[in-house]
Amino acid sequence: MKKHYNIAIVGGGPAGTTAARFAAARGVSVVLFEKDREIGVPVRCAEGVAEDVLAKYIEIDSRWIASRITAFGFHSPSGIEIAFQSATARGCVLHRRLFDHALAELASEAGAEIYTKAYVHSLRKNGPKSTLGLRYIGQEKEITADIVIAADGIESRIAHLAGIKTKLAFRDIEPCAQMQLANIDIHPERCDFYLSEKWAPGGYVWVFPKGARTANVGLGINGIHAGPKSALNYLQDFVKEHFPKATVLTTTAAGVPVAQTLKQLVADGLMIIGDAARQVNPLTGGGISAALAAGKMAGQVAAEAIKADDNSARRLTSYQKEWEKTYGKESRRYYRLKDWVMGLTDQDFEDIAAALAKEPPEEITLVKIFKQAVRKKPSLIIDVLKVFAGL
Amino acid sequence: MILVDVNLCDLCGTCIAVCPVDCIELTEFDLKISHESCIQCNACIKICPFAALTSANVEVMEDEKTL
Ligand SMILES: Cc1cc2nc3c(=O)[nH]c(=O)nc-3n(C[C@H](O)[C@H](O)[C@H](O)COP(=O)(O)OP(=O)(O)OC[C@H]3O[C@@H](n4cnc5c(N)ncnc54)[C@H](O)[C@@H]3O)c2cc1C
Repeated sequence: MKKHYNIAIVGGGPAGTTAARFAAARGVSVVLFEKDREIGVPVRCAEGVAEDVLAKYIEIDSRWIASRITAFGFHSPSGIEIAFQSATARGCVLHRRLFDHALAELASEAGAEIYTKAYVHSLRKNGPKSTLGLRYIGQEKEITADIVIAADGIESRIAHLAGIKTKLAFRDIEPCAQMQLANIDIHPERCDFYLSEKWAPGGYVWVFPKGARTANVGLGINGIHAGPKSALNYLQDFVKEHFPKATVLTTTAAGVPVAQTLKQLVADGLMIIGDAARQVNPLTGGGISAALAAGKMAGQVAAEAIKADDNSARRLTSYQKEWEKTYGKESRRYYRLKDWVMGLTDQDFEDIAAALAKEPPEEITLVKIFKQAVRKKPSLIIDVLKVFAGL
Repeated sequence: MILVDVNLCDLCGTCIAVCPVDCIELTEFDLKISHESCIQCNACIKICPFAALTSANVEVMEDEKTL
């Protein structure tokens, strides 16, 4: 480990490793610190993602694809099932452990140094540089960097240490629990969603196949419903009723930020990306693609800023501008939809399902489903058309 | 004060995202709450996906010491 790097990245998730790759590829010195012993572990993710989006950032490798998805199923509280083939969108469920490894390997091949078991506990400005304090395999270390990239996920303490407001309101976070279940009857090419105040108030249950008879089964509840009953207890109840004979291979907890993206994504010598920047799609909770996109943008902007010898917020703001131009409007539409959908009752879900059940399955699309979901709030129809067009 | 049940805590960091005074620190193996800065708002207790956090008053602590 050197004493100084041009760019220091905190967090080895998809955002951090992607930023590391795209910065290092431009010939600047890059270091990445991950607190856990292994990149990509533990997996706190349902692992579903659109394949065409992934392909923009990494060559698809069947080794980290667990299953390919061609259909979706939605389940109402009383059990009405609305299932349809997806006409265009091709999805997959990843092996995140292997996928995250692949991203880290690419970063390392581009020239980035990566340290695991490296927990960053402090951030201090000294002039134009930043000093990071860390504990690396039990030893205290200090390094300096011209630019720090905060990719530290849900916790987002690095940006907080820099004085940026990252704390989430309860309505903007979903505590989650997930199990990988084996020996269960599922549709191996279908992602299923269960909507009900009973199963997951203000959120949903997902069943994402990882093989013929195994799946990630998890749920998130909205923070405003958290407290009386934990996400884990909700999940245990769901599994008991739907998969009573399952073998539980993993049980994990996690939190998803379902907030608006941070207003401030850069400061002097600092950039914030991925979950730390609250760039997750607030309606679906999907954040892999946003992490990759932000990682690439920020990595490139950071490297160019180093070459221009200017790490000021004014220079780094071109990352924020690019993010806003590409995803800003869309993510605000998703946020408005999330706010509405979160308030739907079990009766609403039944009415939506009953209306859709009358349609021939081959004519069901995500646009149709969400048009039904917002029919009592017509002002959101434009948002539905814009974000789901073509899906 | 907030107690962490280490048998339940999955070290996921969700509590940190809602802690208004940022008094929680998460390393690879440990969730630590700084009791000097904690304002007892109980946000972490409510949000915890596994219900691993509880609030205890000092008396309970004294009891535990004598056990
Ligand atoms: C239950 C659940 C299900 C999900 N399902 C999906 C899905 O199906 N599809 C999808 O697209 N998205 C999903 N997401 C969201 C997705 O997992 C995240 O958006 C994505 O992982 C974000 O990547 P990231 O790199 O920003 O953060 P993370 O992947 O969270 O990585 C952050 C890393 O920073 C490390 N770190 C934190 N603090 C420090 C520190 N101080 N020092 C060193 N290292 C530190 C952490 O250990 C962690 O490895 C899900 C999330 C959850 C919780």
